[in-house]
Amino acid sequence: MKLKTGPGYLILLLLVPLLFLYAFNLPVVQEADDPQELIVKGAENNPFSEENETCLRCHGEQKYELTDPVTGMVVRRPMSGSYYIDRDVFYQSVHWSFACLDCHLADYGEYPHALSLRFEPPYNCLDCHGYDETYARYKFEDIETEHLKSAHYTQTNGEFSCWNCHNPHSYQVLAREGKDIFEVVRNSNNMCLVCHGDPFKFGLVSDIEPTEIISTHNWLPNQRLHFKAVRCIDCHTEINDSLLVSHNMRPAEEAVKGCVSCHSSNSILMGTLYKYEAKESRREYGFVNSAIIRNNSYVIGANRSKLMNYGSLLIFGLTLGAVLVHTFFRIRFSKKHHNE
Amino acid sequence: MSEKYYFYPRWIRVWHTLNAILCLMLIVSGISLQYSDTDAPVINFQAAIGIHNFAGVALTFNYMIFFVGNLLTENGRNYLMRRKGLRDRLWKQLRYYAYGFFRGEKAPFPVGKERKFNPLQQISYVIVMYAAIPLLFLTGWALLFPEFILKKFLGFSGIFLSAQLHIAMGFLVSVFLVIHLYVSTMGRTPLSNFRSMIDGWQEAH
Ligand code: HEC
Ligand code: HEC
Ligand code: HEC
Ligand code: HEC
Ligand code: HEC
Ligand code: HEC
Ligand code: HEC
Ligand code: HEM
Repeated sequence: MKLKTGPGYLILLLLVPLLFLYAFNLPVVQEADDPQELIVKGAENNPFSEENETCLRCHGEQKYELTDPVTGMVVRRPMSGSYYIDRDVFYQSVHWSFACLDCHLADYGEYPHALSLRFEPPYNCLDCHGYDETYARYKFEDIETEHLKSAHYTQTNGEFSCWNCHNPHSYQVLAREGKDIFEVVRNSNNMCLVCHGDPFKFGLVSDIEPTEIISTHNWLPNQRLHFKAVRCIDCHTEINDSLLVSHNMRPAEEAVKGCVSCHSSNSILMGTLYKYEAKESRREYGFVNSAIIRNNSYVIGANRSKLMNYGSLLIFGLTLGAVLVHTFFRIRFSKKHHNE
Repeated sequence: MSEKYYFYPRWIRVWHTLNAILCLMLIVSGISLQYSDTDAPVINFQAAIGIHNFAGVALTFNYMIFFVGNLLTENGRNYLMRRKGLRDRLWKQLRYYAYGFFRGEKAPFPVGKERKFNPLQQISYVIVMYAAIPLLFLTGWALLFPEFILKKFLGFSGIFLSAQLHIAMGFLVSVFLVIHLYVSTMGRTPLSNFRSMIDGWQEAH
């Protein structure tokens, strides 16, 4: 190669100031700073788990056994997918500590289940959580107000309930737990896609056909990356400052479409996806919207290093200044030479 | 009338013209992306992404002209630096720019058949063309296809680090451009160097 002496050490030279910059912004290892009481979930800690087996021996299996009371004959019948409950998932959900019969009438203990049971309306979230000090921080009442205004509720004549998104047997708190942002995004988006991506489930609440999510969002470049990094609700709900998770789903026309809504220093993401982090993060890394960086994302336009911002302004100013001073002397001295 | 040299063969002029246009497009759209603002957009974000992606890809291919051209022709010799006495030579040239130039002193490293760039030109061209620009398009391609980037490095996301490196190098090239343009006006007359980039011929000064 021709460049025997040059580039090698020059590149190193260039990297030194960069390393310096990074060192400046390097996060100190984060000690667990949330004093959240340690709840260990799981079947073994649920006092009702044995009792629940009276239901799960059927609802927790792909096939359930039926015995003919007269002949004693046993058959194995498939449990329909929508009635199937995964034990592992249930015992990790928010209602992991429950007995099935806390929410379902005791008469379900018998099979075939009585006809009258089917007419019992299920509990609402508010029946248990409404106006309860323990859950005040979630603001269930405000969430319900928002939900009642949402396109889901109004466009389905009120058939759309909280349970349609919050699966009673699997929902886990996501954003508030400060989990990995990509996991939060994936699980939140799954809450929508299980229905918008499944004509059968969609058909349970609507008579129209669901549209293809991928193709209706083709205008978004790097769609795969975006769907991994932002939630559907970040674009589709109206921001509510008092709620961690806005619940007012707007009609599609009102969705966020402008890139700069997110890709700018006053990114809406700080009020939506990164709201929890933005509130909690006590360390600044010298970056605008540093909560995004904490989460291993990088949003063009929304993440600027303040140090680099001021540094670059300074260097640029000095360069222009030097050019101006030099020009000034050039003009002065060239006049002088001419006069001589 | 001083001597004339044919400094810039056609391939260099073609490469350089494209390079200059693409770099300007990249700098303007890049600044617009980095400082994108809901209230005062320099260029519409989506358009800026389009311009930046196009110009970046084109610049990479254009760079190949420069790289291969310098491998195959004599022109590459101008980019070889001797380390010995480098600091002295740089200092001499700097002193000339800052002082001797005004006094009407003779240039310490006059251009001629043997030497096309003075030491300061040489080092800045080498840094920009063999470090900054390659790093720029490498990190740029990485951001275009982020699925190939290291997920995590030093506790940061690979995308984030690539972006920082990309921005830092972009800034370096922008500063270079200002100086480059200015120093180019220090030929025999303020415009003569620009003329040589068009017709290829340069007069000694
Ligand atoms: C012998 C197997 C079996 C057992 C035990 C069983 N179920 Fe079921 N359950 C079914 C089957 C099969 C269906 C779906 C067909 C039907 O509705 O009859 C069903 C349906 C249901 C439904 C949906 C009713 C509707 O139409 O919306 C609920 C709720 C339910 N079971 C709750 C329970 C609970 C709670 C328990 C335990 C206390 C339980 N089941 C025990 C087999 C069983
Ligand atoms: C926090 C309350 C709650 C607990 C605990 C609970 N369920 Fe449910 N379950 C519901 C609600 C509410 C529905 C109705 C959902 C709907 O209407 O979309 C339901 C529906 C069902 C269905 C019908 C499936 C469907 O989609 O309609 C079955 C079967 C069922 N539950 C079984 C169980 C079993 C078995 C357990 C215990 C392991 C259990 N549930 C624990 C609230 C609960
Ligand atoms: C039958 C009463 C009941 C219903 C109905 C109910 N919950 Fe709960 N929920 C509880 C109880 C009790 C807990 C505490 C469980 C525990 O951790 O032991 C809880 C826990 C939670 C938590 C976690 C709270 C925390 O800080 O740990 C969330 C979130 C939650 N519920 C949301 C909902 C939503 C959303 C709905 C409706 C879709 C709902 N709940 C319906 C009784 C209920
Ligand atoms: C269109 C789907 C949808 C509907 C309908 C819906 N939610 Fe949610 N909800 C979500 C999503 C998505 C999240 C975000 C999950 C997370 O980060 O925990 C969420 C989060 C929550 C949380 C946790 C907020 C927090 O501060 O941590 C609560 C509580 C909640 N919803 C209650 C309700 C109640 C009550 C209703 C009905 C009045 C309801 N939701 C209806 C989608 C929905
Ligand atoms: C970057 C913002 C953004 C994200 C993220 C996003 N959407 Fe959208 N979505 C829009 C916009 C804008 C429209 C309206 C498109 C139009 O009118 O051309 C839309 C349209 C829709 C529609 C209506 C489609 C139709 O045919 O009219 C649905 C349903 C929808 N989105 C669901 C989702 C779901 C589910 C997700 C998550 C997987 C999601 N969106 C993620 C911005 C977004
Ligand atoms: C249980 C199924 C179901 C779930 C879960 C669900 N949706 Fe919907 N969604 C619907 C139905 C049904 C409609 C109304 C379609 C209609 O009548 O126009 C709708 C409408 C919408 C619209 C308005 C489209 C328009 O034409 O204006 C948006 C946006 C949307 N959903 C986004 C979401 C997002 C985001 C989530 C997750 C937080 C979600 N949906 C979860 C079924 C669902
Ligand atoms: C709802 C917020 C939101 C909107 C609206 C949005 N983006 Fe993004 N965008 C993001 C986030 C978050 C990322 C970062 C993904 C990551 O690296 O984690 C991203 C990443 C990108 C990237 C990839 C950068 C890379 O690292 O390779 C491009 C290109 C991009 N966005 C362009 C656009 C364009 C063009 C628009 C408008 C049509 C747009 N975005 C609208 C949130 C948004
Ligand atoms: C950032 C983009 C640019 C880069 C990386 C760059 C790089 C270079 C390089 C490497 C050379 C020497 C070429 C050779 O002979 O091998 C050169 C010469 C030159 N460039 Fe540029 N250039 C850029 C932009 C511009 C622009 C925008 C202009 C003017 C509009 C310009 C004007 C000139 C002139 C006049 C010369 C000849 C003077 C000299 O030999 O120094 N350049 N440039």
